[in-house]
Amino acid sequence: MTSQTTRARRPRPNGVVLRAAAIAGAGLLAGGCDGPQSMLNPAGTEAERVAELFKVMLVGAVLIWAAVIGLAVYAAVVRPGAHPERHASALIVCGGALVPTVILGALLTYGLQLMPSLRAESDGLRVTVTGEQFWWRVRYTTPDGAEVTAANELRLPAGARVELLLDSPEVIHSLWVPAIAGKMDMVPGRTTRLVLEPTRPGLYRGVCAEFCGPSHALMAFAVEVMEPARFDEWLRREAGPATADAPEAGRRLFLAHGCGACHTVRGTEANGVVGPDLTRIGSRHTIAAGILENTQENRERFIAEPDAVKPGVRMPGFAMLPAPDVAAIASWLGDLR
Amino acid sequence: MTDAPVPAPLADDASRRAQEERLLAVWSAGKGFRYWAAVNNTEIGLWYTATAFLFMLFGGVLALLIRAQLAVPENDLLSAGLYNQVFTLHGTVMMFLFAVPMFEAVAILLLPQMLGARDLPFPRLSAYGYWCFAIGGVFVCGSIFFGAAPDGGWFMYPPLSTDTEQAGIGADIWLLGLGFIEIAAIAAAVELIVGVLKCRPPGMRINLMPLYAWYVLIIGGMILFAFPPLIAGDILFELERMFDWPFFDPARGGDPILWQHLFWIFGHPEVYIIFLPSIALLAMIVPTFAQRPIVGYSWIVLAAVGTGFLSFGLWAHHMYTIGLPAISLGFFSAASEAVAIPTGVQIFVFIATMLAGRVIFSVPMLFATGALAIFVLGGLTGVMVALAPFDWQVHDSHFVVAHLHYTLIGGMFFPVLAGLYYYFPIAVGRQLSERLAKWAFWLMFTGFNVAFLPMHLTGMRGMPRRVFTYPAGIGWDWLNLISTIGAFVFAAGVLVVAWDVLRPRRAPSGRNPWNAGTLEWLGETPARSWGVRSIPHVSSRYPLWEQPLLVRQVEDGRWYLPDAPEGLRETLVTSPLDAKPEQCLRIPGDSFVPMLAAALTGGAFILSTFHLFVPAAVSAVAALLVILQWLWSVTRAPEVESKDVGAGLRLPLYASGPASVGWWAMFITLIADLSAFASLVFAYFFYWTIHPDFPPSPPAGPGQFWPLLAAGLALAAWVATLLARSRNGAGSTVGLRLWLAVATTLAVAATAALVWGPWTTGLDPTVHAYPATVWVLSGWAALHLLIGVVMQLYCIARSAAGALTARHDIDIRNTALYWHFAAITVAVTVAVVALFPLVA
Repeated sequence: MTSQTTRARRPRPNGVVLRAAAIAGAGLLAGGCDGPQSMLNPAGTEAERVAELFKVMLVGAVLIWAAVIGLAVYAAVVRPGAHPERHASALIVCGGALVPTVILGALLTYGLQLMPSLRAESDGLRVTVTGEQFWWRVRYTTPDGAEVTAANELRLPAGARVELLLDSPEVIHSLWVPAIAGKMDMVPGRTTRLVLEPTRPGLYRGVCAEFCGPSHALMAFAVEVMEPARFDEWLRREAGPATADAPEAGRRLFLAHGCGACHTVRGTEANGVVGPDLTRIGSRHTIAAGILENTQENRERFIAEPDAVKPGVRMPGFAMLPAPDVAAIASWLGDLR
Repeated sequence: MTDAPVPAPLADDASRRAQEERLLAVWSAGKGFRYWAAVNNTEIGLWYTATAFLFMLFGGVLALLIRAQLAVPENDLLSAGLYNQVFTLHGTVMMFLFAVPMFEAVAILLLPQMLGARDLPFPRLSAYGYWCFAIGGVFVCGSIFFGAAPDGGWFMYPPLSTDTEQAGIGADIWLLGLGFIEIAAIAAAVELIVGVLKCRPPGMRINLMPLYAWYVLIIGGMILFAFPPLIAGDILFELERMFDWPFFDPARGGDPILWQHLFWIFGHPEVYIIFLPSIALLAMIVPTFAQRPIVGYSWIVLAAVGTGFLSFGLWAHHMYTIGLPAISLGFFSAASEAVAIPTGVQIFVFIATMLAGRVIFSVPMLFATGALAIFVLGGLTGVMVALAPFDWQVHDSHFVVAHLHYTLIGGMFFPVLAGLYYYFPIAVGRQLSERLAKWAFWLMFTGFNVAFLPMHLTGMRGMPRRVFTYPAGIGWDWLNLISTIGAFVFAAGVLVVAWDVLRPRRAPSGRNPWNAGTLEWLGETPARSWGVRSIPHVSSRYPLWEQPLLVRQVEDGRWYLPDAPEGLRETLVTSPLDAKPEQCLRIPGDSFVPMLAAALTGGAFILSTFHLFVPAAVSAVAALLVILQWLWSVTRAPEVESKDVGAGLRLPLYASGPASVGWWAMFITLIADLSAFASLVFAYFFYWTIHPDFPPSPPAGPGQFWPLLAAGLALAAWVATLLARSRNGAGSTVGLRLWLAVATTLAVAATAALVWGPWTTGLDPTVHAYPATVWVLSGWAALHLLIGVVMQLYCIARSAAGALTARHDIDIRNTALYWHFAAITVAVTVAVVALFPLVA
């Protein structure tokens, strides 16, 4: 494949440009060669337990497979003389019924005893994540009751149990951060819960795991696990209004073109709730829900042609705006940190 | 048996040749255009198998498109919209147009031969099922060429797929096209169950049945309980899409999870409905090549029954991530692990049989061994995903894609190919090439594992399923490329098989080329249209090995029905357990009527897809009329009461009640019908368990008066129908017609009262799931009363035509049987909609 940048610039029929290199790089730094989205490179309590469970099952599966297939090949290909029928019958009882019953019983005990502790309630930080088509609405509720709204990125303190409350207004999604824990569906009309207990600071990647429409493949998010002190500091800053030192032009254009009808930027008149909260979009690792690297060029591109990046997205395109206006808006958004 | 029957003495050559000519004249398919009117199982089975294989090739092309798109990250070969149609159609085609129909196809083709029967008891029903399958399949597959294919995934979860803006006509095509095919599946199940129970050769007690017949019985039974929940779900789904009845809309009291339950109550047994037929093929193949009877006949039968039962208790393992309570997770994990035990027993029965014999390792065994190697791995990953905590990670990831392909390719595709190589001589009279077979095997085996073994890792590295693209550099690139290469190698192997099947070949395979012991190998190859020269008396599990004189006797026409002097197709009906001869059954010959009935039934479904409701209704009524005419023409009273079927046996030509195949077919169909109804009742109580205000208090309708009146009238109609039957039995034609007229009137009044209840209390089905559920239950019961009325009127007409008499009473007895079930349906409906709100 050619380099990422040349591909990104080329206009494409479905217009999708995926840039996860930043996250990928960080994932590699976080250790292991499995990528930032691997359950085999766990960075959370549940993922660790399940990875151990998998290793045990893998060894068992390889041994059982080799034994069964070895026996079958011995019987079919090596063509030993006919064994007495009595022995063959005993093999059915032992190999088919008794041994599997013992192994499965042991495995079931091991697997099921993991469950209660993994998803026990937590009284610390609570995060409500709402699955939208095709992005994530994220609301942090601190233990003292304060609410902070963000989008398309999840920041978590290392070593703490965080309770996620999941819902969805329209279609079923499923939130999955393989490196930290298993997935949980977001079902309209219900609130489901998931507990994440990240153990290792780093940058990970989460995705939607339940098919949710044309851009199901383009519904991801970055997960940054931070040292608790840094997390508290981040959350405190995140709760405040937007702080942009950038020229006023971008802000004026953003408001003048009605972006505020759908998006909220705290500290301005923009208070729409249809689309993602953009208050600190400049500080996020990605835009368009984990799909594009957060660069000026990509922000411009998404503003002008969101549907080309993400088929079926609800946001209308603003390609009719003069390019400098789009650039100004994109630049201002980039400064919202 | 105390006095074993003896074959008739050998007739002279001339009369035997005359017999053969008469049999051939009666059983041969027509020439030219008339060929397509064939209903004989040898033709229908062949068409069915070939059509299912063609759909498999189509699904395979879709699979290659999927793999081509995923070969490299950020690929733009297919658009998101087209990719979503492609993967949805791939799953749908492979499941509904290949895997399940292939069971029906092979069973229709081979079961009569295995049972030494001339044909299945309802050949026209087989033909009708085939044409439904072919028409529906072409309709569903064709949609993609118009960009109108379903695109919500093969399990079509609402609210995405119920949303008419997000899911277009493709969703309707899926629901109605497949709904139509499900009818064909149930028709085939009825046919096959009755075939196994009633069309075995005399002497073949149920514990002497070939294992394939056992499996057909079990799988047929599973279809009766597994497909109806999906049909019920389809009805709710389509009512929501077409008329906005909010069964799955949480804003109006519905719940999207209800669909998941209904779908997977179907969907998980379906996996075993696909898998068990292949085990059944292996159960025929392995003993042949081990050259000995199967070891552990009872074990494998019990294990298959156990698998069938357990398969209905683990559907929720597809729903581990919806937030089920821990107790449910534990229960379904345990049940899902438990099903591995009977599966293991079946596999060990094969290994034990091979150990106890001396295996001839020919091509079918190569495929059987390959199947085992793949399937066992799929089973082991199945044990992994059955555990809820592990499934939380890999659910909906490519790990599951790999797992399900290991189970289906190993548990269905390779065994079917083993069956293809094994049974090809019966169908075509030639053997497939051993050299090409080995090429095909190694290409497919290698290609498959190259494609799907790395996919486990892809999934564990976090790649979800059903993504049309993925980013570079997060550990999926090389794995996906390898999978794609493997998929194309696999496809090359499939092409080798296709070429081998289609290429011209010379050397005839001869009779029983594998030296098998079971009845299907008794005759010449390819199988003659008459199935079996004369129907033998069987006293062992492997008659060709254990009854050495049998082949000669059968071919000399010394057993039953060696002739067709009346120019009619005939086969024997025996008792379900002991296979005591009961009847010489006249079965209908070739006809275009089944094709016409299927086309009109298809018209009703297909036109509804385009919201052309009036033409659809016309098509449905026309279909009903054609089916009634078909029924009328095939149930003729015989010219004499009994006939000599040879070998010293005289059998009646007419039977009704439990001795008749018609009664059994009606009974079995009604079991399926009742299980669809039970699924609708389940929906009502599902809402009750999850919503505190369901049913609403005070109940919005339909009140008690009208439903209870309807129940009273319906029960009276039922009693009147029973009286009509008993008057007819007493020889009173007047009594029969009078009571039928009374019953008809009462039934029509009951229907009106049933509908009037929700109508007059103003229940609007679009407002909330409660009125919608009441309406759908009432509507279901009302429809059943109307079908009952049609049957009553049919009986009156038959009586007027002199076709229904005290002696020839199958019409009224089947109508009475139907009315037992209709009465249950109405009584339960009224108890639920009228009485339950009082105690809830």
